[in-house]
Amino acid sequence: MMKNVKKRELILFLGPALFFYCVFFVYPMIATIKLSFYETINNDTQNFVGLANFNTLINDPFFSEVFWNALWNNLIFFLFHMFIQNPIGILIALLLVNLSFKAATFYRTAVMLPTMLSFVIVGFIWQLILSPTWGITSILYDVFSIKENTPALLGEESTALITISLVSVWQFIGIPVLLIYAALISINKDILEAIKLEKVGFFKAFFHVHLPMVWPTIALVSILTYVNNFNAFDLIYTVKGPLAGPNFSTDLLGTLFYRTFFGFQLQSGNINLGAAVATAMFLIILIGVSIYLFFVQRRILR
Amino acid sequence: MKRLGLILLAVVGLGASYWSVQKPSTNESNSAKSELIIESWRSDDLAAWNEKILPVFNAQNPNINVVFRPSPATEYNAALNTKLAGGTAGDLITCRPFDASLKLFNEGNLLALNDIAGLKHYSNFAKTAWQTDDLKTTFCIPLASVIHGFIYNQNIFKSLSLQKPKTVDDFYKALDVVSSKGGITPIALGTADQWEAATMGFHNIGVNYWQGEKGRLGLISGKEKLSDKAYVETFTQLEKWAPFMGNGYKAQTYTQSQALFTSGKAAIYPAGSWDIASFNGKVEFEMSAFAPPLPTGQSECFISDHTDIGLGINAKSGKLEAAKKFIEWLTTAEFAQIYANNLPGFFPLSNHEIKIEDPLANEFLSWRQHCKSSIRNSYHILSRGTPNLENEIWNTSAQVLNKSMSPKEAAQQLQKGLDNWYRPN
Amino acid sequence: MNKKYLLTHTALALYVVFALLPIVLIFINSFKSQKDIFDAPFKIPSTESFTTIGYQTVFNNSDFLLYFVNSLTITSVSIIFIVLFGGMAAWGVSEYKYRGRILLSLFFIFGMMIPVRLGTIPILELLQSLNLTNTHTALVLVYIAQGLPFSIIILESFIRDIPKEIKDAARCDGVSETDILFHIVFPLLKPALATVTIFVAIPIWNDLWFPLVITPADGKQTLTLGIQQFIGQFITDWPTVLAALSLAAIPPLILYILLSKQLIHGLFAGSSK
Repeated sequence: MMKNVKKRELILFLGPALFFYCVFFVYPMIATIKLSFYETINNDTQNFVGLANFNTLINDPFFSEVFWNALWNNLIFFLFHMFIQNPIGILIALLLVNLSFKAATFYRTAVMLPTMLSFVIVGFIWQLILSPTWGITSILYDVFSIKENTPALLGEESTALITISLVSVWQFIGIPVLLIYAALISINKDILEAIKLEKVGFFKAFFHVHLPMVWPTIALVSILTYVNNFNAFDLIYTVKGPLAGPNFSTDLLGTLFYRTFFGFQLQSGNINLGAAVATAMFLIILIGVSIYLFFVQRRILR
Repeated sequence: MKRLGLILLAVVGLGASYWSVQKPSTNESNSAKSELIIESWRSDDLAAWNEKILPVFNAQNPNINVVFRPSPATEYNAALNTKLAGGTAGDLITCRPFDASLKLFNEGNLLALNDIAGLKHYSNFAKTAWQTDDLKTTFCIPLASVIHGFIYNQNIFKSLSLQKPKTVDDFYKALDVVSSKGGITPIALGTADQWEAATMGFHNIGVNYWQGEKGRLGLISGKEKLSDKAYVETFTQLEKWAPFMGNGYKAQTYTQSQALFTSGKAAIYPAGSWDIASFNGKVEFEMSAFAPPLPTGQSECFISDHTDIGLGINAKSGKLEAAKKFIEWLTTAEFAQIYANNLPGFFPLSNHEIKIEDPLANEFLSWRQHCKSSIRNSYHILSRGTPNLENEIWNTSAQVLNKSMSPKEAAQQLQKGLDNWYRPN
Repeated sequence: MNKKYLLTHTALALYVVFALLPIVLIFINSFKSQKDIFDAPFKIPSTESFTTIGYQTVFNNSDFLLYFVNSLTITSVSIIFIVLFGGMAAWGVSEYKYRGRILLSLFFIFGMMIPVRLGTIPILELLQSLNLTNTHTALVLVYIAQGLPFSIIILESFIRDIPKEIKDAARCDGVSETDILFHIVFPLLKPALATVTIFVAIPIWNDLWFPLVITPADGKQTLTLGIQQFIGQFITDWPTVLAALSLAAIPPLILYILLSKQLIHGLFAGSSK
């Protein structure tokens, strides 16, 4: 394989991406991440402290509680996306394949629309819909004469995280739909014709034809879900603010990072501890990505 | 061919964005003029500054053009600190009171302002929020303070024959009357955003329980503890509000609380004086306000009269002379007059005699005559460590209102947090 | 066959209602006054309550068109380079075997594993030293760097799916690697390129943070940043904000519809051998 490509051509392919990526992303990140191994003395000087910041994250009574809480919440957030968003997304993509292009385009576009909205709008409208004062309650009362008030789903510690996870699923379901659909329509047209001609059942076709062919894409969607969710920040930030209430029940690693690094209200930022949070996030995500790459590697060799 | 087209498009695109570097923006076209940028979190004040306040200064100083450029409030701290570190911050910085700005000064980001002549127009009380601990250096000019109280719907009160509550008993009696009428939420307050629970709840009524400055200074000196009776009592009062806050208060945001009140669906709105601007012109009923109700048996009253906003100079600005000129103007009576009347509810901290036109603002201001003023107790010194006292007050106040934490637990959590790092001298 | 058709459409239609209802709500509420939004959020504005005050405020009180053009320029230029360089790098990383290939692939993915705001201060210092602050170029450079990881990981996956025979046949004919990439592979990647474009365009279009700290100057603001003036610390002009953000959602939508054709193209391209 190496004989076919000249070194010059390889540099041409990889060069531009490497340049921009290294200069405007990697260098700034490394410059900041390395702060996680230091502490700030007197505004300017950085004092090397090894793993002290990580020790704080894991063991300090105040920090560790917040850190583990955020990690646990993030896990739940991810599981909701993985096991609700993705299966439904795959199902929708499958349904779309059987339709005419015009119909498929219409449905696809409709499902993608929430993904194109800014978080501000998504946050505002769902807070309104779910509000016991203005939202569903008023409809239930007007239409069904139900006098019971719906619980404040976004306001109760027990339901806030689940509710916001579902709002996020609503917003981003277009992504698995689009990716799986793109993969499905790349399948050889002859095979798809054969399924139609032989009148293969929906589920049989799914398990024996569609699934094996889009399995790599499903793996891709899964790893993207994992990476995006453990890096998630904007929706919680917009709806609940950096304090991610009620009582930190919606706190994710992303909001914890923001609060720790940049500070909040009267709390000043701690760039060293914040960098440590970011490093922890990086490592957590790295584990998942490594598993994915290993899995993909095995498939290539197969 | 297509590839060529693509590359051509990319080159054109990059060229276009580079060209936008070369083209000067209209503000910088006159090289003789110094343009000063004001950094702020008050997007609400954009029109007032750029249309009413700054034109007056800019007209008097043809060589200077001051522009008010606020950042979104939620991003202000992060954005400002990042811009200061990266060297792209504006020339004039809106200062939060006490430690947030003290930190900026200690980092060398704010200029010392001891040579500003107009400083003599401010009381020591006003200046403390923007001075070093030894009180020797001032690093921001005090702009305005905000007062806390309760705004209420006069029409509803009149229809129920209710008077302005003076004591806590009056307060709950009024709430009971509104509640039994039905259809109207007695108190428009939510806990979703958490800060109102602290600011319009805890800090608002608490001053009456910890006796204003006495309590605040007691906490700093260590004579008082947050687990003391006064603070537990404050939380106890907050807990009592919960049944009067309507059904959905746990998910009610600040905007929604405002909407509830302005739509006439709520009777009382725990407020900061800035809310006057939120409500003026938006309500179709008469509004008035009352000071925090007096605890039973207490005759001395206190109000939260909080030094809220200051303005300082970015020490690394290249236009220090022009900036100082602007700061001097901020100390004049002319500025105080324009500011107070365009931003009702923000009370200028300078000593000049000014005439405030807004009746609701004057109502708030009148309380200064018979009640003692005090600033919010968490802002000075007590929020320097982790956990941050102010953030803890947000969390505990919201939880007490949500009834997921008892007043005693809340008070103890506050003290525990403080004990983690604070050592009174 | 009929029953399947009916079931399919019913299921999809139900989901579409769920997906679109909140958006319809946003849209109808953008035609109400602030008071009416909270008085009756679910009611369609009647002839009395219908108002375009939100839209008017957007155009009268802000340089909406200018912000729009700014966002358009920045997003388009960024996408072009992200897709181009990303495709080239994805090819370089997945097609050829050489030492360090896997590490390089992992290296590119690092970009998705870290909160993007982390490196802001060094980025600002770098841009400041290059005299690029308050320019659109600065934002483009930053967005290219941030969009590459996602672009590469997606395109890598789709490149691997291209049948080996097509590429080897071209090689037998003596076609150069560069020509294979641009004339054979890129056309085959159309669905993937379209997908990457959409996914990368939306976060750039909606981004607030980097325009806020890098390019906040008057006249240079992006749409999302420019609208922030209507969101105050205490007062938010919701009709205006909803109007502005509804309008802001239109370009991504148009982009998506335009690219849909590319996605369909792929059906025929992928099946021909």
